[in-house]
Amino acid sequence: MNARDAVFLFIVIVAGTGGELAVTHTMKQIGEVQNFYPHHLLRVILRAFRSGWMWFGLALMTLSFFSLLTLLSWENVSFVVPVTALSYVLGAFGGKFLLGERVEPRRWIGVALVCLGVLLVCVG
Amino acid sequence: MKLPHRLHGKTICLIGLMAIFGSLGDVLLRKGMKQIGAVSNWRPDALLATFERTFHSGSIWLGISSLLLFFVAYVLVLSWADYSYVQPASATGYLFVALLGYLLLGEVIPRMRWIGVLVICLGVLLVGGTPPRTTEEG
Repeated sequence: MNARDAVFLFIVIVAGTGGELAVTHTMKQIGEVQNFYPHHLLRVILRAFRSGWMWFGLALMTLSFFSLLTLLSWENVSFVVPVTALSYVLGAFGGKFLLGERVEPRRWIGVALVCLGVLLVCVG
Repeated sequence: MKLPHRLHGKTICLIGLMAIFGSLGDVLLRKGMKQIGAVSNWRPDALLATFERTFHSGSIWLGISSLLLFFVAYVLVLSWADYSYVQPASATGYLFVALLGYLLLGEVIPRMRWIGVLVICLGVLLVGGTPPRTTEEG
């Protein structure tokens, strides 16, 4: 991985994770989806889009998407996508400190293994 | 916190759909970007022209459609399950991405990279063994 790849990987991960946290925040405000009929789903989606957090999340995800496209124009998908698993570190920390979720030790070990895997993918 | 049984079935089903649609989407995006060529000119007009070309690519649109289906499944599952559970658990898709990249795009994948992907999946299994929701319902 060169410096150019690293910069775009950083944008993909930070903007992608930030976007996902914002979307999660919106969906948690809306509550559990229990009815999967299309008209009900449409109502849920319309409610989600009335939230500023949803739009902020989508803007970040768009930035992440175009950065991913740029990375994919340079490198193989079997390299790019596994390396984006670094977002687990950010996801676990974001879930814990921004959303107040409880992250168990076992989950932290899993996150550490994911990091090791990413390292091996980079070496490979 | 013990979860109702119905939540486990729904969660596993939607996470499976996320893994399939997410990985297929990424592979199709790579296919499209390979056809378009490497991004190398950073002038705003050249960048715009490149990204405009992406929207004339059938592979890119198929990839975006697949990722939209991924996104719908993802948003639905997030309405009852924790983010720090869903994100890692859905990552079995990393193995699918490597397999599809190898099978559909003919990517050469060194042994170390396969091992790395499997270690990622092992981490995912550990993470996936925890309850989907740790925050109180409200």
